[in-house]
Amino acid sequence: MSRQTSRLDAKKVNSELLTLTYGALVSQMLKETENNDEVNKHLERIGYNMGVRLIEDFLARTSSNRCLEMRETADKIQQAFRLYLNMQPTVTSWSSSGDEFSLVWDQCPLSEWVEIPNSGLKYCALIPGAIRGALQMVQLEVQCWFVQDQLRGDAVTELRVKYIKRLEDAVPAGED
Amino acid sequence: MADDIVFELLHSEIINYVLENSKTTNGSKEVDLSLVEYIGFAAGYKIMERLTREWPRFKDELDTMKFICTDFWTCIYKKQIDNLRTNHQGVYVLQDNAFRFLTNLSNSQQYLEFAPRYVAYTCGLIRGGLANLCINSVVTAEVQSMPSCKFHIHVQRT
Repeated sequence: MSRQTSRLDAKKVNSELLTLTYGALVSQMLKETENNDEVNKHLERIGYNMGVRLIEDFLARTSSNRCLEMRETADKIQQAFRLYLNMQPTVTSWSSSGDEFSLVWDQCPLSEWVEIPNSGLKYCALIPGAIRGALQMVQLEVQCWFVQDQLRGDAVTELRVKYIKRLEDAVPAGED
Repeated sequence: MADDIVFELLHSEIINYVLENSKTTNGSKEVDLSLVEYIGFAAGYKIMERLTREWPRFKDELDTMKFICTDFWTCIYKKQIDNLRTNHQGVYVLQDNAFRFLTNLSNSQQYLEFAPRYVAYTCGLIRGGLANLCINSVVTAEVQSMPSCKFHIHVQRT
């Protein structure tokens, strides 16, 4: 009966709070616009902003070097998933040119306890946004989109990542 | 299980999103934080249901507040509330001398005008949590010098 023994698990509570807060945000957005594309765009944007800042934390924590090819990048993204969401997505379906791959997962903390009607809403749009934002900060431009989504009845969630181009450092204004 | 920093970033992005949207709707610079508060409320309401599922029943209102100050706060804000005061008539003041969302901002009066943005979510969180425990309340926050913050809980009795 002692309260001391029934202490709550802080990590679990924080994770659940993230899930519920994200859910509250999405439902609030839907209430405001009712336009799913608009909500997807907002969520992607929020993810982008988070990714831009998350990469700093990732580089500081893992002290990883610059990736020279996409296979390394894929490994790092997988590592980031493990670090930040405690997920273990598999990297599969490489294109023959090696510039496109899929991340496949069947459970994500963000979409826990979530059921949505089939409506074109990309509930987890935060994640591709974050990947795009984070990679942009290491001078990689990529495209991310969902191929399959569990919330829409697929067996797994599949996120496709495609390399677009390497971003070059721009010459500072007035120094050409 | 997600890492803490993800929640912190999401928290600041929610504020960002709400501020951006409120600006476009009425064109003026008026800051409307009620949405942030509401998102906190919705999350607090649901998380409380999960937290107290296997918890012994609270004896009274004060016991509930103590739960908020100790276990609830430790989980989410990494420390206990530093001071709890009450007038035994439904007003509680919770003081946190190093509030998690303010510690990274400033250590003095600087940016004081922006402090309300970073405490609105927590006001909602407390209000939602209490609401699920059948305590209707109004929660306001007072920041005099960052990173310390006082939360005033006025329990509504009808």
